[in-house]
Amino acid sequence: MPEVAVDLRHIIKEFPGQRRDVTFRAVDDVSLEILEGEFFALLGPSGCGKTTMLRMIAGFELPTSGEILLRGKAMQDVPPFHRPVNTVFQDYALFPHMTVLQNVMFGLEMEGVKKAEASRRADEALDMVRLPQMADRKPRQLSGGQQQRVALARALVKRPQVLLLDEPLGALDLKLRKEMQIELAEMQDELGITFIFVTHDQEEALTMADRIAVMNGGKVLQVGTPEEIYDTPNSRFVADFIGETVFLPGLMAGKDGEFGWVQLDGVETKIKASLAATDIAENQSVTVAVRPEKINLFPIKGKVRYPDGSSDEASEYKTALLRDPDINLVEGIIKSANYIGTDTRYTVSVGGHDIVVRIQNYGLRSDTHFEPGQHVNVFWDAETVRILVQ
Amino acid sequence: MAAQANVGGVKAVEAGTRGGWRMALPGSLWLVAFFLLPLVIMAIVSFMSLGARKTIVMPFTDANYQRVLSALYLPTIWDSVWISLVTTIICLLVGYPLAFFISTRKSQFARQLALFLVILPFWTNFVVRTYAMQTVLAREGVLNQILLSLGVIQNPLELLYTPGAVIIGLVYGYLPFMVLPIYATAERFDFKLVAAANDLGANDWQAIWRIIIPLTLPGVIAGFILVFIPCLGAFVTPELLGGTSTLMIGNLINSQFEESNYPRGSALSITLMALVMIALLLYVRFGTREQT
Repeated sequence: MPEVAVDLRHIIKEFPGQRRDVTFRAVDDVSLEILEGEFFALLGPSGCGKTTMLRMIAGFELPTSGEILLRGKAMQDVPPFHRPVNTVFQDYALFPHMTVLQNVMFGLEMEGVKKAEASRRADEALDMVRLPQMADRKPRQLSGGQQQRVALARALVKRPQVLLLDEPLGALDLKLRKEMQIELAEMQDELGITFIFVTHDQEEALTMADRIAVMNGGKVLQVGTPEEIYDTPNSRFVADFIGETVFLPGLMAGKDGEFGWVQLDGVETKIKASLAATDIAENQSVTVAVRPEKINLFPIKGKVRYPDGSSDEASEYKTALLRDPDINLVEGIIKSANYIGTDTRYTVSVGGHDIVVRIQNYGLRSDTHFEPGQHVNVFWDAETVRILVQ
Repeated sequence: MAAQANVGGVKAVEAGTRGGWRMALPGSLWLVAFFLLPLVIMAIVSFMSLGARKTIVMPFTDANYQRVLSALYLPTIWDSVWISLVTTIICLLVGYPLAFFISTRKSQFARQLALFLVILPFWTNFVVRTYAMQTVLAREGVLNQILLSLGVIQNPLELLYTPGAVIIGLVYGYLPFMVLPIYATAERFDFKLVAAANDLGANDWQAIWRIIIPLTLPGVIAGFILVFIPCLGAFVTPELLGGTSTLMIGNLINSQFEESNYPRGSALSITLMALVMIALLLYVRFGTREQT
């Protein structure tokens, strides 16, 4: 069991509001344990409190109440310049009057490292971020991506226990961002330093993080691995914020352990799905969250073709599917089809609900193609669908 | 079409830059007629002699400059330099924190109000303000009366007609010229850089010394020049607050021209200009190095 690098206990942060007697609660009772060597993402929309959390760990803000411990040591009275954490700022905050090398050396000089030693270690850090030839340039002579690397080198050269990254890739263009995502993850793997990463980009969090805390309104809604967060969201907000989700309203019709049955308005068949919370009662209004890529379509009449070229009668295929108690199968009508290269997105009307379905376009023959107006069978596995409290 | 339009654009720009001298013409003529020409005349006169009935006559001589740099005038020139330097440094020590304080106010109204208050004294004539300073610093003046009534002092202080009074008067008069350029750089200063420095292990003093001061240096230098140079040539303030004990170059020049000794007055003026030039050259040599 790895040690806890950052232990956040019941953190509350309030700021003075517009009026004197009102306070604004930016962080509302957050408790998190971030493990040694972990790549941890704080994910949420702007204003959710994620950056305030980061600033409190760095020491730029003090919590109104609650405790922050770094490797078991309370940080309450430790000023930012004595904390074993370093930050990569959102817009890098490079010192414009210093060269790249001087920027990277700055933190070492503040530690009292001798000039020659500091210069040698700064060179190493610039090597690591692949910018050795830029040492004598001023920050404004560099591109955004290069500045980002300098900011990274400047923080990493201090060998912090924890590296805090505040939306560091936000200012980069898409292609560079993708490259840096992979590079950052590799670098973190190599160095073994705990990274805490603030982002509003769910894809970035899913790509890079070992674990993600999804925040909204100052609270942590869910903590888990990218798979857990994506596959088993525990709230409508998480399901909606991460990935694409279609929400179908209905009533709880029954439950059995981790699964429940939902009566959707206008759909006769009860939908079986996994429960996000065990305390959902029968007849309660709920929402069923469906991911477009987890849903499958096949025609009602005719043949079902498989990628290997073989085929089945649609009716036989349907009978076989229904033998599996975890399969939900309903009928629908294709409303629209949008070809988007790798996939085709269909909107299927099922009992008055619009369900978005994404079918991958594999092979050469577009056997999986459906026309608007066509009647189709829509099916999915109960495990891939979540029942959420309304 | 696009290429043609582009060529037209280039032509327009070129015509603009080539025709630019026309824009500078009125200003240039003005400066030549009322600055350059008089300056040349003054430089020539400074090498001429004083004739009978205060006329300016030949031959050319360097006697005026020998006189300026003699034991009679050198102490005054030296006084001018150190009084100006002390004034400038006090302005810097007072103005720098003040400019930062103003620039860091959150509400725009507060900033504008503070800046307005800084330049408010300009609404009153400088001579009137300096007379007002006399009544503040005089033996029976406001300051002494307050200090006496508070029991801080037992006997009134001799403030007026001292170098100290001149410095107080000059600081009062020229402080805005220090505050405004520093404010201009402070306002653009990104405090995230201080957070970054703190994050990298710099305490607040190190952050001020390594980050804030270097990045606001252009404003400091501009303020230094804007205060030091006019102080060097100050005339009203030492005249009214320095009395006979504290003379500055400005007073010397004034007295020479009052006595119609134009050659010596000119030599003093040229000497003052030389001092200013030296100060500016020092700035060019050392002050601009940081910005490359």
